[in-house]
Amino acid sequence: MSFHGKLAFVSILPAAISVSQLHAEPQASIVVDGIISSYSQDPEEYRLPGFQLGGEAGLHDEGWSFGHNEFAVSGEIGGILEGQFTGVMHQHEGEQEFELEELWLQTLGLGQGVTLKAGRFFSDIGYLNNTHPHAWDFVDAPLIYRGILGNQYKDNGLQGSWIAPTETYLRLGTEAFTGSEFPFDYDGGGIGSWSLFADIGGDFDVSHSWQLGISHLWGESNDRFGGHGHDHGESHEVEDAYGEEHLPAFTGDSSIAAVDFVYKWAPDGNYKERFFKLQMEYMYRREDGRIDLFHDGAFEESSPYEGRQQGGYIQGNYRFLPHWQGSLRYDLLTSSNRAVNAEILEEAGLESDYDPWRIGGAIAWVPNEYTTLRFQYNHDRSQPRTDHQFFVQFIYSFGAHGAHQF
Amino acid sequence: MLNNLMITITLLSVSSLVQAKVDILACEPEWASLAREIGGDKVEAYAATTAFQDPHHIQARPSLLAKARKADLLICSGAELEAGWLPILLKKSGNGAIRPGKPGHLMAADYVRLLEVLGRVTRSMGDVHASGNPHLHLDPGNILKVASVLNKRLQSIDKVNSDYYQKRFSSFSQKWKKAIKRWEKRSASLRGMLVVVHHRSWIYLESWLGLKEIAALEPKPGLPPTSTHLVKVLKQVQSTPAKAIIHSPYQQQKSAKWLSGKSGIPVVKLPFTVGGTPQAKDLFSLFDDTINRLLAINR
Repeated sequence: MSFHGKLAFVSILPAAISVSQLHAEPQASIVVDGIISSYSQDPEEYRLPGFQLGGEAGLHDEGWSFGHNEFAVSGEIGGILEGQFTGVMHQHEGEQEFELEELWLQTLGLGQGVTLKAGRFFSDIGYLNNTHPHAWDFVDAPLIYRGILGNQYKDNGLQGSWIAPTETYLRLGTEAFTGSEFPFDYDGGGIGSWSLFADIGGDFDVSHSWQLGISHLWGESNDRFGGHGHDHGESHEVEDAYGEEHLPAFTGDSSIAAVDFVYKWAPDGNYKERFFKLQMEYMYRREDGRIDLFHDGAFEESSPYEGRQQGGYIQGNYRFLPHWQGSLRYDLLTSSNRAVNAEILEEAGLESDYDPWRIGGAIAWVPNEYTTLRFQYNHDRSQPRTDHQFFVQFIYSFGAHGAHQF
Repeated sequence: MLNNLMITITLLSVSSLVQAKVDILACEPEWASLAREIGGDKVEAYAATTAFQDPHHIQARPSLLAKARKADLLICSGAELEAGWLPILLKKSGNGAIRPGKPGHLMAADYVRLLEVLGRVTRSMGDVHASGNPHLHLDPGNILKVASVLNKRLQSIDKVNSDYYQKRFSSFSQKWKKAIKRWEKRSASLRGMLVVVHHRSWIYLESWLGLKEIAALEPKPGLPPTSTHLVKVLKQVQSTPAKAIIHSPYQQQKSAKWLSGKSGIPVVKLPFTVGGTPQAKDLFSLFDDTINRLLAINR
């Protein structure tokens, strides 16, 4: 690590720190993420038919906006625990919002391949879920993450994982969360959602590596609204055919199954100049319960509901010159939601008569580990009318530079 | 029947004892090679990188996590060379034996005198390391220092085979000291030889053999050569002609070839580490081949 962002209280540590104790000192980093967005359709009208938008899901504000600006501090405690704090500032509908994104402790070298984690953290389901947005290859999340997880699922909870003592990489893990974050809304106390995940991976040879993951996430909701957090006033309202605004809320059980695959290639395994990455994920969600509709804050009507939503994306990423990277991505979603009162689906924006899709390309200039300038175009068919979306994104990180995670 | 079962169980337990080798994860091929020299058939050494990979730019890929999970001993250059990926392996592997401060955590840089210690670095300086230049293995004296630490670590991790490691270390140490004398004698004519390098990864070799580095193709460490910088280097070598343009197997040769074409100075690929050339099969032949290749152009 060439560039430490040291905090003032580092000076109380003993002067002679061994070179090998690289990360014994707390490190701070700031990620600045600026985005310019342009849409041919009105971004306020953005919907994903058949899916409820929540969490961070939605489009970046038109024009200049802040993306995902992070302030993070991480460090080791007594060489046996690692802690991380991440605060985020981002912009949503013109408002700057601050959020505690991560605050967790994790064991280091517990032995036998076991690691325990507690606090607020991103779930390890899927491939992209635990990756910070500034490390993505596109400005925006895959549609399936937007449609099912509110971009990314993070919550307060516990995680246990184990790596098997085998030649082929095998990691098994489980998580228990409060279930208070989108896509759940559990208020019964205790455990509201939990997960199981498994990753296997290895090398085909010195130039080719791969990883396959399967995961499952369960949770309960009691009046899950879309939109940001729990502030119903800010939730995404859905306009029906008569221009009436409705707020749908889901109550019931959710079950999400996910498969992800990543393959990487670099000539002789040397990632400095050129590499290729193929990444694909698929998710299926089943929900059983009921949908309540609210109008002007008042309960309107209710119907038993069965949600069946699925989709995925495939993307390729090619670093063709040491500082230039091209990416292509294709997204496809489909749903077959059912309700006893079929009209309620339409009023809730959960009707299944259209399959959203999107194709996008990005080119990024990465002059060094801490700077990215990205240009992206999406041919977005989230809704029947094509939205031509253009983005320019600039990311700069101060302090500790990110490690080369697979 | 019972006898057969007993024999089977005995055989199984014996074979599991025989198989209980010390698992060594080496960040670079030179340390895997050293581990084999000292550990012989009591160790199983795996190199996380090859001579064709830039050790700064390695992915913490699943196979490396699996190796780190099982390792009894980790041996690396240190001095932040592996800062982009080793911390992930250490954090995610859940392996206490290779944590910093444990006998299973050996960073070569902690045991040799580093060159180019900068103390304070800024981003404008390029990809440099505050604690010193980490490419320390090309001074054979450093190899011997690390070998001695490795010997002690192996003895503390695998006490049963202490004598074995001690014997192998003594014999390696003798052979190595003789080899150093031989290399120094053979390479005497290389003293003062002027060289251009691709990346500043040769300073330990230069200081040992007395080579004089007059320029680097990279404008700043880790940044790829630019045309303006190359023109500057060309002017430099036109006034002070160097004998060779040196690069390692993992560095692109385009810039070196361009400079060679303009200046007539030959490009020389040195193995840099074990496996870098067909001749560099182990630590001894690594230095033999390095010196042979330098002598071949210094006629």
